[in-house]
Amino acid sequence: MTTATTPKPKKDMKSMAENYLFIIPAVVIFSIFYIYPFYDILNLSLHEWKGIGPKIFVGFRNFQELMVDKIWWKSIWNATYITLWALTFQNVLAFMLALACDREIRFKKFYRVVFFIPPVLSQVVVGLIWRWILYAGQQDGQHIGLLNHFLSQIGLSHLANNWLSDPKTALTMIAIVHCWQGFGWGFIMLLAGLQTIDKQLYEAAKVDGASSWSQFWNVTMPMMVPVMLVVVILTVLGAMQAFILVLSMVGQGLVFHTEVPVTRILAAMQGTKQFGYACAMGVNFAIILIAVSTIMKLFSNKMKQA
Amino acid sequence: MKKFSFVAVVLVLICSGVIVACTGCGGSKEDPNQVTMWHWMTDRDAVLQQLAQQYEQETGVKIKIELFAPSDSYSQRITASSQANTLPDIFGILDKKEIFADFIRYGFVANLTEEFAKDGGAWEKSMFPKALDVNRFKPDNIYGIEPGIYGVPIDVTNIQMLYNKKLLAKAGIKKAPTNFSEFLASIKALKRVGVSGLVSGWGEIWMADAFASNYAFNIMGEEKVMATYKGDVKYTDPDWIKVLNVFKTLSEAGAFMEGIVTKPNKEAEQDFALERAAFAYNGSWCVNVYHDMNPSLEYSAMLPPTINPKRPMKIWGGAGSSFVVKETSTRKDKAIAFLKWLSAEKQQALLAKETRNLPANRKALESIPEVLADFASVMDNTTHPTIWKYNELPAVTEAFDKGIQSIIIGEKTPKQVASEVQAVKERETEKAKRRQ
Amino acid sequence: MNEPTKRNLKYLGLHAFLLSVALTCLFPLFWMFRCSLMDNQTVFTDKGLIPSVINFGNYADAWTKGGFGVYFFNSILYTVSVVVGIVLVSSLAAFAFSRLKFWGRDAFYYMFVIAMMIPLPGSFVPLFVLMNKLGMANTRIGYILCMINVGLSLSIILLKTFFDKMPSDLEDAARIDGCSKWQIWWNVALPLARPAVAVIVIFNSLNVWNEYILAQLLLSDDKLMPLQRGLMAFAGKHSVDYSLLMAALTISAVPIILLYLAMQKHIIKGLSSGAVVG
Repeated sequence: MTTATTPKPKKDMKSMAENYLFIIPAVVIFSIFYIYPFYDILNLSLHEWKGIGPKIFVGFRNFQELMVDKIWWKSIWNATYITLWALTFQNVLAFMLALACDREIRFKKFYRVVFFIPPVLSQVVVGLIWRWILYAGQQDGQHIGLLNHFLSQIGLSHLANNWLSDPKTALTMIAIVHCWQGFGWGFIMLLAGLQTIDKQLYEAAKVDGASSWSQFWNVTMPMMVPVMLVVVILTVLGAMQAFILVLSMVGQGLVFHTEVPVTRILAAMQGTKQFGYACAMGVNFAIILIAVSTIMKLFSNKMKQA
Repeated sequence: MKKFSFVAVVLVLICSGVIVACTGCGGSKEDPNQVTMWHWMTDRDAVLQQLAQQYEQETGVKIKIELFAPSDSYSQRITASSQANTLPDIFGILDKKEIFADFIRYGFVANLTEEFAKDGGAWEKSMFPKALDVNRFKPDNIYGIEPGIYGVPIDVTNIQMLYNKKLLAKAGIKKAPTNFSEFLASIKALKRVGVSGLVSGWGEIWMADAFASNYAFNIMGEEKVMATYKGDVKYTDPDWIKVLNVFKTLSEAGAFMEGIVTKPNKEAEQDFALERAAFAYNGSWCVNVYHDMNPSLEYSAMLPPTINPKRPMKIWGGAGSSFVVKETSTRKDKAIAFLKWLSAEKQQALLAKETRNLPANRKALESIPEVLADFASVMDNTTHPTIWKYNELPAVTEAFDKGIQSIIIGEKTPKQVASEVQAVKERETEKAKRRQ
Repeated sequence: MNEPTKRNLKYLGLHAFLLSVALTCLFPLFWMFRCSLMDNQTVFTDKGLIPSVINFGNYADAWTKGGFGVYFFNSILYTVSVVVGIVLVSSLAAFAFSRLKFWGRDAFYYMFVIAMMIPLPGSFVPLFVLMNKLGMANTRIGYILCMINVGLSLSIILLKTFFDKMPSDLEDAARIDGCSKWQIWWNVALPLARPAVAVIVIFNSLNVWNEYILAQLLLSDDKLMPLQRGLMAFAGKHSVDYSLLMAALTISAVPIILLYLAMQKHIIKGLSSGAVVG
């Protein structure tokens, strides 16, 4: 509370009780639909269960097996790889576009709308379209896939590739498509952030003789830190948990080169019917995500202080 | 008192939720004359709805048919409903036989053996034995289930190879290859005229697994395959390396269409229908699909070319989709009566005609298109994991299938894959032992 | 080189960059639209960018064959109720987390933060059992409450971030005028947070609009199903009828794009009013 005066204790108690009313709806819904299933999953991760029949308590054995499951750790690394692409490529692109659209330029409204089209499309559709672009086959000596066709048209046919079935490129392609679909979010949030910056600050900096570059570093960047933090966290969480795109682009995967944690969890649950193991994966994954977010939070606190 | 209006907004929101919910549960009273059936087949929904209406007119029993697709989401719903005890009167189990057995063991599935045996086994005799086998538990089955028939098949499928007549002619091939060396020769001839060889949806990995299984049966025979699953034969056995070598040979000969390992089957079907590849490996449902994509496509079905001439080629096949009846249903008799009606000749003929699937009722066979008849004629060659005595551990199957992928993309040799699969097998067997 | 030409060149470069990104974004939509105008034979064979024969019949066909009328209504109902629910519930909580004092405030807040990071695989079993126990299986309200929960964490976090940044002068003034906390929330905080609310609305609308897995788990009556599930069934029935499918997909994408177009103004308006206050 922003009021500086200290009211009587009795009134304070009543006011505090009233304050709880604000969060009660959220907490009630959350407890029913989140905490209860969460408890169930935590519990299930200590059991062996086929989805039917009795649940056999196995203690931490699922977790022990998980620790030495190479494919699981590979999937975590793959998700990290996609995340790194999203953090750099996607966010830099979003920020550049937001900066461009924050200026007084023509067609600003047009761009604002267009950049938000990819996030609107369902991931299944996006996967379908990109499969067509990256299609590797030929008919009558002609590439059918748009990218390969384009490459051969401009005389770079030696670069034409089997994009989604080559271990060297498959995951990168998924990452790029993920970035392509996701940058619109970063774009509008960063743009919203940029527009809250008081234009007088720039004027003042100009009067002081600051170059546009130093305006950017000394005015824009510090003001953008809170928004950027939100964007970064959302990017990380979105990229780490991406999976529909993987399924729609490479089906059940290219060997283990395109496995991500959520596809592993789904495979354990639907494919091999190891619900307990799947839940242990989920818990393990959650711990990793919480750790990553905490590190980011600490890092950003440092940045804010600096 | 504006304050209260805000509190009211929120409270009303929650209370109304609870109230609506409670009226909701009051509304769903059990209707003794209504049988509910859940299915996952989007392509057959319209015909099933139509048949349900017809059934209601004929008998007065209302059949409520509800669709949940895709099949993963259907499976989820079945699992969840078994936990909440809200399974419908008629449903399907899309999982492995082991899970099917558990559904029986824990009292969710009715035993239909007696029904099938009534009137001198009339119902049983009307069906393809292969289709019933999927729903049958034999005496002394490893799951410990009381022998009998527990499900009703409504159609049958099998998975074969198909060839494009025009493209083969273009490459100067007069007759579809029957053995492996002929097949390799035709791939070479096709390459010369710039036509891709074999396409299939191996992004859906079980299809690659089925292909491998065909050759395993051809090369070493059923007994040795079963012995491997049981643990008596190792994957490093020369015969298994021969099976894996099929993929290496084909890959090196350039037989596979580009990108086959991550191709969804829908896309593979398109490729074949648009004459981008000369051969396809696909199930009998493809007749319907190819017809819609390209009605003028000239093609025919063939068995995968054999490697070992001494043994016949075994292909995967059996019941395409089967339904079971809930054991605790209060409308069990009505549900069984409906399934009996659904699998009778007339209804089967309609289903076969409308959806171009192979009927499960053998009397309905006369009404199917010509290419489908090709599929039907090799029903005797079919086999399926659901009718095997032993089944491989899921983790081993995964390692084997992923190994096939890495052979196709040239990452690993068959020997490497074989020893890796064997390592997984030993690890998993150890784990399974510890559990008991 | 003189100044104006240099600036023009810079502008040209900027637009070239923006335009090339815009093209990649427009392409899929264009492709969907293009295919939806063809018939099923030409869709696979016609290689031209603009179809030689244009035919809008697919839209009417898709609408009637897919029975989209009911699904469309349901989707709109779900989207509106869920979004309204989320905005009310999450803004109340975010306001409390940002402006009010009570015991355990941070603990409650971090509970929501952590929840956002934890995927719940396999939660469908407990959720389904729970909904049946509550008698909410196969009811609209059950699905709506579940979807409110899905969007809750993120919305609370976004709103709290915005409330934290918002200057409190106006609220102080309102308090001196004798407004209660509830009135401050409704009359001051919520209107000021319009840009954040706009983001939440669009984010959650998208989420609800494109959702079908939970819908198929919790609902069983065809009359209650949302549009995406209709599309799913449609895609299965007409899996090979590409042009028809593309028409159906275009129909499903249009409302969200329209919503974004409408919300866009609010983001700008909200922002400018926020700027006046600051």
